[in-house]
Amino acid sequence: MIRLERRASFPKWLGWVIPIASIAAALVAGALLILVSGNDPLTTYSRILDRAFASGEALSATLIAATPLLFTGLAAAAAFKMGVFNIGGQGQFVIGTVTAAWTGLMWGDSLGKAVIPLMILAGVLGGALWAAIAGVLRAWLNTNEIITTLMLNYIAANLASWLIFNSRSYWRLLSGSGLQFPQGRRLPEGSDWPDLSLGSLVLPCGLLIGTAVAVGCWALYRHTRFGFEVAIISDSPEAAAYAGMRTKRKVLAVIALSGGLAGLGGAADVGNFRHVLDPKGLNQSGYGYAGIVIAALARLNPIAVVFVAVLMGGLSNAGRSLQGPDFPAGLVGTLQGMVLFFALGGEVLARYRIRRTVRIPEGVAV
Amino acid sequence: MNSNLFIVIAASAIYYGTPLLFSALGGVLTERSGVLNLGVEGMMLLGAVCASWTASRVDGPGWLVLSLALLAGIAAGSAAALLHAFAVITLRVNQTVSGLAITILAGSAGLSSYLASVWDLKNPVKHQFGKLDVFGLGDMPILGPILFHHTLLTYLSWALVVLISWYLFRTRAGLQLRAVGESPQTADAVGINVVRTRYVHTILGGALAGVGGVCFSLSIVPTWQDGMTAGRGWIAIALVIFGFWRPDLAMVGAYVFGAFSSLSLTLQARGVKITPQLLDSLPYVMTIAVLVVVSGGWAKRRLGAPAALGIPYEREER
Repeated sequence: MIRLERRASFPKWLGWVIPIASIAAALVAGALLILVSGNDPLTTYSRILDRAFASGEALSATLIAATPLLFTGLAAAAAFKMGVFNIGGQGQFVIGTVTAAWTGLMWGDSLGKAVIPLMILAGVLGGALWAAIAGVLRAWLNTNEIITTLMLNYIAANLASWLIFNSRSYWRLLSGSGLQFPQGRRLPEGSDWPDLSLGSLVLPCGLLIGTAVAVGCWALYRHTRFGFEVAIISDSPEAAAYAGMRTKRKVLAVIALSGGLAGLGGAADVGNFRHVLDPKGLNQSGYGYAGIVIAALARLNPIAVVFVAVLMGGLSNAGRSLQGPDFPAGLVGTLQGMVLFFALGGEVLARYRIRRTVRIPEGVAV
Repeated sequence: MNSNLFIVIAASAIYYGTPLLFSALGGVLTERSGVLNLGVEGMMLLGAVCASWTASRVDGPGWLVLSLALLAGIAAGSAAALLHAFAVITLRVNQTVSGLAITILAGSAGLSSYLASVWDLKNPVKHQFGKLDVFGLGDMPILGPILFHHTLLTYLSWALVVLISWYLFRTRAGLQLRAVGESPQTADAVGINVVRTRYVHTILGGALAGVGGVCFSLSIVPTWQDGMTAGRGWIAIALVIFGFWRPDLAMVGAYVFGAFSSLSLTLQARGVKITPQLLDSLPYVMTIAVLVVVSGGWAKRRLGAPAALGIPYEREER
């Protein structure tokens, strides 16, 4: 039998070792899975590495793939930090693309690049309001936010599909090829977000904004009264209420912040890469769920989210470009799930020591 | 509403409600022991993909293949549940996070999709659970199509509702199970093995979620689609709350939600022009609405959630 014994203190080095060890463990477990399904794990992994990080071009594609993940990762981390389980990053992201795309379509021509801040604002507002539905229900009616945010994901997905496939909405292309194949209207070129080129490496504007936002989140949670109160509420809601903190408002604020971050991701996605409302692509993307994995692996630290998002972006970029008979769909998601599982196991090792229990023979005085 | 439409809706409510019922029954068992399982969606998909593989690759008479496929679904759900049980009972990982991890790992973009492409499940399964004509009563007016013209899985689920109700409220083991969910300390003090009880019922819950997945892959959606359960695992979790942790009420809830799930197809088949996305969203909107109702103060008092739900049991830290 094994027994867990609480550690008196949390050694600092474990904060680094756990994520690295859990990725390594997941790679080993993933290798077994690949081996069982009849492929060579080493070849598969070296192809992933090659496609994700080996050249400036590969790295640029990885950074593009990392951008939405960065935002959904920040969204999950911001909420989980207070013990609020916002699983709705996916839906908030989708609503963010809807509102940002609307803004871009509306004013992209007349305002030019000045529309970009408006798109950001629209994305943030869209995501925050969508999340606030679950936030209000959680804060004032005590409705389980895990299930409501998740249900809202499906509703958002249906809403976006409806806008493009079953209505004559503002987002839909109603001329030319759009008459045969339902598709979104391309945003005016003026609303395309710029990229920063460093030689062969292209840094998307969204990624830079996301990094700045990550630093902002870190400062917010580390150095402000808001962050302090969130930490207290997460440790003990009763104590926080007793100290006069308004826990309900804080719950709503944190969910809305989290949703706003996901919605900002949606704005970046539509402004930086897709340039249309693409419900099919969004619904298959799984950005919101990957964000949860990223937040857990980053141990809810916003700065660490940036690095983990680039790592996971590499994985999904490689997954997309390698997809084929010997690189099946779902492998990337499986690897991500395994990383998450091993990270959870690692957290246990951080909090507890594992001891073998020794049965003491009866009748022996101890 | 004409009676014909009523019959179609009632019959399809039961048809589409069956997977919800299996998964919700599993949830009742698991949560009664004090363990929250948010991995239901993943366990359903894993059960679905394993059953689908068995039904397309194993040769033999239909009944044998289907039994094996059902067993494969049960085994897959149980295996995932064992992982969850080990994480939350032995390692005391946060139950919410572990369940989520299971759903991400096994879910629509994870292992179930991976296995489906490795196993090449592109074609419809060779055998599926067909609708039976029980006692030759399938042609009876009104009641025939509603009650006597379903798959074996539906009748199995009815038997389970009776069995689990009896087990929970009329047997010693059921009483012990409820004790573990209410107060593991007390249960431990009177000599009930808390850890074993929780393991057993978490695994049983996973097995039933696996069967819920089988309902999809071998009956409702016989050709594999990634994420074919479309959030039904999450609705099942809500149904456990909605059903006040009781099998009979979970059954009522499952059929109400079955009706909402089927509405889109039923009405479209009859040429009613309603936006499909609106109807498809109904089960999700209703889930939120129902959760809001049962989470109000009025319902809280008489809900009867197991008191120790979601709390790991640590003997040393009483």
